[in-house]
Amino acid sequence: MPLFAGVDLPEMRVNLLYFASFRDAAGLSEQVRELPEGTRVAQLWEAVAREIPRLAAFPAMPPAAVNREYVDGETLLRDGDEVAFLPPVAGG
Amino acid sequence: MHLTFNPIDVAALLNEVRGSDGGVCLFLGVVRNENEGLPTVAIQYEAYGPMAESEMARVARQIEEDWPESRVRIQHRAGRLEVGEVSVAVVAAAPHRREAFEACRAAIDRVKATVPIWKKEFHPDGSSAWVDPTRG
Repeated sequence: MPLFAGVDLPEMRVNLLYFASFRDAAGLSEQVRELPEGTRVAQLWEAVAREIPRLAAFPAMPPAAVNREYVDGETLLRDGDEVAFLPPVAGG
Repeated sequence: MHLTFNPIDVAALLNEVRGSDGGVCLFLGVVRNENEGLPTVAIQYEAYGPMAESEMARVARQIEEDWPESRVRIQHRAGRLEVGEVSVAVVAAAPHRREAFEACRAAIDRVKATVPIWKKEFHPDGSSAWVDPTRG
């Protein structure tokens, strides 16, 4: 929460991982991103999809993981989190 | 370890669950030579390693909770596999065959639904494509 109106929110850093087709689309496998405190998973996805048009073709936010656990879009991100948006899994 | 770059030792996996159980069910996923009409020569499996480990452990734990007398082991390959190689193995032991079959079936279904593993198919002409089970 901002202490004073008009004062920039403190920044935090998360480590964003890309796998499989998302890695191909992004052209990288890992990226440190600075985000305002209070950013939620769905907001990070919106930012990523804006930057990477091939990911924006996705109809909705793909499954997301924070620190290797599935989370929903409302989840608040914290400094140091490891975040991944997962293309459709295809094990077996 | 649930995720391995080496060939799966099915006999060792079976031994891990053997006890006084009445039934042991084994499922093997094997790399096919075609998918949706396209010939396949190999598959590259990629995993979000640490999360794939924890998700497979979670699946095994949940199956053993849902079928309380079962014991389940799961292993999945990573890396490049040729046609005919075993990509995933599930073994489930239980006092009776019904529970063994059910636990084994549920385990492989949950693995395929939740474990962060992806596969890229290689075709004879050298082209390749990520498999998307949600399309088709």
